[in-house]
Amino acid sequence: MKVQVRYFASLREGLGAAEAVDMPPGSTVGQLRDALLARSERHAELLARGRAVRCALAQTLCDEGQALAEGAEVAFFPPVTGG
Amino acid sequence: MARVSVQQADFDLSAEVDALRAGDGGVGAVVAFVGTVRDRGDGKAISAMELEHYPGMTEAAIEAMIDEAGRRFELRAVRVVHRVGRLQALDQIVLVAVSSAHRGQAFQACEFLMDYLKTQAPFWKKEHTSEGAHWVDARVADDEALARWGLRSDNAG
Repeated sequence: MKVQVRYFASLREGLGAAEAVDMPPGSTVGQLRDALLARSERHAELLARGRAVRCALAQTLCDEGQALAEGAEVAFFPPVTGG
Repeated sequence: MARVSVQQADFDLSAEVDALRAGDGGVGAVVAFVGTVRDRGDGKAISAMELEHYPGMTEAAIEAMIDEAGRRFELRAVRVVHRVGRLQALDQIVLVAVSSAHRGQAFQACEFLMDYLKTQAPFWKKEHTSEGAHWVDARVADDEALARWGLRSDNAG
């Protein structure tokens, strides 16, 4: 299934604003992150486990256990710093 | 009037407060918080601040936090304006304005909304200083501020 990935702030600067990823049906947000980690050295560095990376599914903050559906929009970004 | 605006343009505090309470005789208190760009941080001069957001999600997150404030406090109206794009030192960044019948609810709701916004709304700040530009780190103190309201945040985690 196709998933649309978006990045913001420092992750956007390093990885670009968006990319499309093909994932097996039933995959979770965490499995998507694992797949992205394997894409390039830059992905491996910026999305590394242990780095503070937040995620959102369908534009709502989520945890990595959430299941993905066909066409899902998933975003990865650093901790937020507005206000 | 819209409750939430995410915009590049500056805002007029007086005009926003006038609109917030226009024609509502039940309002006895208005509390407004304005966040601004400091001209220094960690001993370095800050010349500019870039603000990025997640169009769609940012507005939805703020709408949700206003709904939550409405469940917790007795409010007449709420208005949130957050600027994005490139700002200069001393510029206004954010406005949270709340009207209520009495001051206690308005003070509390305004602080609740700011604590929520700091840790849950997708905005990111990049500071430009004399020594280059860097993304601002999230603060654990902001998560702790939200915890006072019984809400858990692991943003700075």
